[in-house]
Amino acid sequence: MEQLIIFAILISLGYFFGRRAEKNHYKSILEREKQWLRLPTSSSKHVMGDIRKIDHCELANGNMVVSIDYFKRVLAGLRNFFGGNVQSYETLIDRARREAVLRMKESCPDADQIINLRLETSSITKGNRKQIGSVEVLAYGTAIYFCK
Amino acid sequence: MLLSNTEHIPGKRITAFYGVVSGSTVRAKHAGRDIMAGIKNIFGGELKGYTELLQESRDEAIDRMKSQAQQLGANAVVNVRFSTSSVAAGAAEIYVYGTAVSVE
Repeated sequence: MEQLIIFAILISLGYFFGRRAEKNHYKSILEREKQWLRLPTSSSKHVMGDIRKIDHCELANGNMVVSIDYFKRVLAGLRNFFGGNVQSYETLIDRARREAVLRMKESCPDADQIINLRLETSSITKGNRKQIGSVEVLAYGTAIYFCK
Repeated sequence: MLLSNTEHIPGKRITAFYGVVSGSTVRAKHAGRDIMAGIKNIFGGELKGYTELLQESRDEAIDRMKSQAQQLGANAVVNVRFSTSSVAAGAAEIYVYGTAVSVE
């Protein structure tokens, strides 16, 4: 009985806090993505568009480690049983990716464009007995500065 | 030292190759952070401690790669790649590698 109560408390805590955190995070992501539209980013290897002289370039990177909440973890466990899209994990990784790209852009605010964007996802707590469900997303690319 | 993850430094010409250079760090988080992460696992959200830790170790790995390239006499590293792996519970290895070159 006690275990059931603890389980219910954990689930509701995860549900309320997790949902609120996700909503706020998506709001801030959308706002900042609009703001950073002025810094074009591509995954191609060549400088896009104009052929102005390049002044210098530098490596830019941004990362984020995000953890799943208890409610979603239980939900994902159920999904594992029935099969299908595990949507709770999809939004989690989507959030982490977009945040990592934004952080990369924020690390070089004066750049004119970022080329060769690469995204890498890894689970840093793999093999941990306690099973902390978290992923790390790293975004990196080459920031190009044109001659002014 | 110029770094780029493209095959060449944009706008510059490569004059000499020096081979592959790399840098790595293995870092562990202290127990306090692990406990905090365990709590965060109920509520969800960003694990700030881990984010900072990985960023710091990545910077250090880059510094090591740079100093290796400097020793070879290079002034740029192209085709930089990152890789992360968890070697043991609570420790992560950050590995960064690239090709050391000279640009004019």
